[in-house]
Amino acid sequence: MIESPHETGYNFAYLDEQTKRMIRRAIMKAIAIPGYQVPFAAREMPMPHGWGTGGVQLTAALLGPEDVLKVIDQGADDTTNAVSIRQFFQKTAGIATTTRTDEASIIQTRHRIPEMPLKAGQILVYQVPIPEPLRFLEPRETETRKMHALEEYGLMHVKLYEDIARHGYIATTYAYPVRVEGRYVMDPSPIPKFDNPKMQMSPALQLFGAGREKRIYAIAPHTRVASLDFDDHPFKINRFDRPCALCGGEGVYLDEVLMDDRGQRMFVCSDTSYCESRRAMGHGPVDASAEPAR
Amino acid sequence: MNAPNRPELSQDTELPLMQVRGLTRYFGARPGCIDVSFDVFAGEVLAIVGESGSGKSTLLSLISAQLKPDQGAVHYQMRDGVNRNVLELNEAEQRLLMRTDWGFVHQDPAMGLRMGISAGANIGERLMAIGARHYGDIRSAAQSWLTCVEIEPDRIDDLPKAFSGGMRQRLQFARNLVTQPRLIFMDEPTGGLDVSVQARLLDLLRELAANLGLAVIIVTHDLGVARILSHRILVMRRGRVIEQGLTDQVLDDPQEPYTQLLVSSILQA
Repeated sequence: MIESPHETGYNFAYLDEQTKRMIRRAIMKAIAIPGYQVPFAAREMPMPHGWGTGGVQLTAALLGPEDVLKVIDQGADDTTNAVSIRQFFQKTAGIATTTRTDEASIIQTRHRIPEMPLKAGQILVYQVPIPEPLRFLEPRETETRKMHALEEYGLMHVKLYEDIARHGYIATTYAYPVRVEGRYVMDPSPIPKFDNPKMQMSPALQLFGAGREKRIYAIAPHTRVASLDFDDHPFKINRFDRPCALCGGEGVYLDEVLMDDRGQRMFVCSDTSYCESRRAMGHGPVDASAEPAR
Repeated sequence: MNAPNRPELSQDTELPLMQVRGLTRYFGARPGCIDVSFDVFAGEVLAIVGESGSGKSTLLSLISAQLKPDQGAVHYQMRDGVNRNVLELNEAEQRLLMRTDWGFVHQDPAMGLRMGISAGANIGERLMAIGARHYGDIRSAAQSWLTCVEIEPDRIDDLPKAFSGGMRQRLQFARNLVTQPRLIFMDEPTGGLDVSVQARLLDLLRELAANLGLAVIIVTHDLGVARILSHRILVMRRGRVIEQGLTDQVLDDPQEPYTQLLVSSILQA
C-alpha cells in the first residue's frame, strides 16, 4: 500500500489496491481490443453518477505519485466538475496538478479533446455517460452485443440516413460514431464531432470510462479511428466563421457566451488553457469581438 | 371462387429450393410440430393452413431458423448452388441469410418495420446492412421499391406511423424485397385488414411473386387467401401435416375429415 502524504485514512488515490488491479486488468483488455467495451465492476465513488465516476475510477487506477493531472470539463479547467475532481485527487493522492495540456501526464476530460496535440506518453481519460453507440437504435443489451460480435453495423448508417433525409446533411454534431481499427463501432463520448479527427492515429493513449454503465474501452496509441459517413455525404467537421474573441485563435472549437440580457454575445475558445497560453504569448482579439444584438 | 389468373410455376428446377425433413419440436410435453416434411421449389407459393394452435407458426419459426427443432433438418439451396442444412449454419450465416436471400413478412407490421424511422430508411436498412454506403443509390432504390409496392414515392420520408394498415404491409414487402430474396416467409400477411384492402394486397403479392420468381411460404388460417395465392397447400392439425397437395385438389376434393370440415366451414359466395 502506498502511503498518501496528505490525507490519512484513505488509500492512495482513494480506491483500494484490489479494485485498482481489477480496473487495470479491464484497461489492458480494452487496449488489446480497441473499441471493444469491457465490462468492469465499477465502484460507488463519492460523487453522483453523471459527474464522471467512470473517468475518476480510471484516473484513480492509473495515477502514480509522479503523475501530473489535468482535469477539464467542456474544455475548461475552472468549472465545478473539473475543480472538484482535481481537488479530490490532490487530497487523496497528493499528486501535482496543472492546467497546461503539455505538462500533464494524465488528462481527465468531459466532452472535449484539448486543442494542443497530445504527445506520446500522455493518457486522455474520457468520462462516458452511455458507452453503447447502438443503444438508441436497439434497446436490448443482448442484441447490441451480438451486433458488435457479428459486425452488424448497418443500423448505424440507418441513423445517418435519417439525418440526411430530414436535414439534407448529417446533423449529428456530438457523440459522432467512429469505427476503430476497421472493427468495432464506438461512441467517442459526447465530444463535438469537431474533435473526432484528433482521435485518429493519436500518439497518446485514450481511455473511456462509464461508471454507471460499468464499461471501459480504449483507443491504443496510433490506432485508426474513422468517423462513419456515406460516400456521397462524407464526414465534415463544423467550422467557425470567426476567430476566438479573446485570443484570436482560428480553427479551434468556440463556445458562445451571452454577455447581457440584450442578446450581446461573444465566441471564445472552449479550451481555456489553450486560450490563456495564446494570450500569454501576446495574441489578442483580431477585430471587434462582440457581435451586436440582433 | 376460382381465381382465374393463378400464376403458373415460373420455372421447372429439378432441385427443390428448400427441403424440410422430419421437423419435430415439443414444448415440454406438448407437441408444437411433429415429423413435418415437405419441399418448396423456386417460384412456388406454398400455403400452410390450419386452425389456431395447429402448429403453423411454430413450423414457420422452425424453417426460418428462429426456433431450434428437437429433430429434423431444413436443407436450403444457397445462392452459390450449394445445398446446406440451415439449422447447422452458424448464427452469423443464419442472420446474413435472413436479411439477404430470405424475407419475413409479419402479420403485425410493427414487428417487421422500424416504426420510428422513415419509409426510405426502412427499405434501405437491408442494403446498408450488407454494405451499401452511397446515400443517393440507397435512396433511389427505396424510391423504386416504393413504386413497385404502389406507395407514392413522395412518401419516402414519412414514418410508417403515418401509413394505413395496408400501406404498412406493402412497405414491409418492399423492405424485404430490396435485397432480391428468393424465399419469403409470411405469417398471416392479410390479417387485420379489411376485405377490399386485402384483395389489393393479394393482387400485389401474386404479381410480385410471379414477376420476381419468388418462392413464398405463407401461413394463413384463411382458405380464401390460400386458394388465390398458393400453388400447393399443407393442412396442419395438432402439429402434424394431415394432408398436402395441389391447392385445387385439396380444397375441391379434401380427403381428410378435418380438411373437409375446414373447407365446408367457409361461407360459399
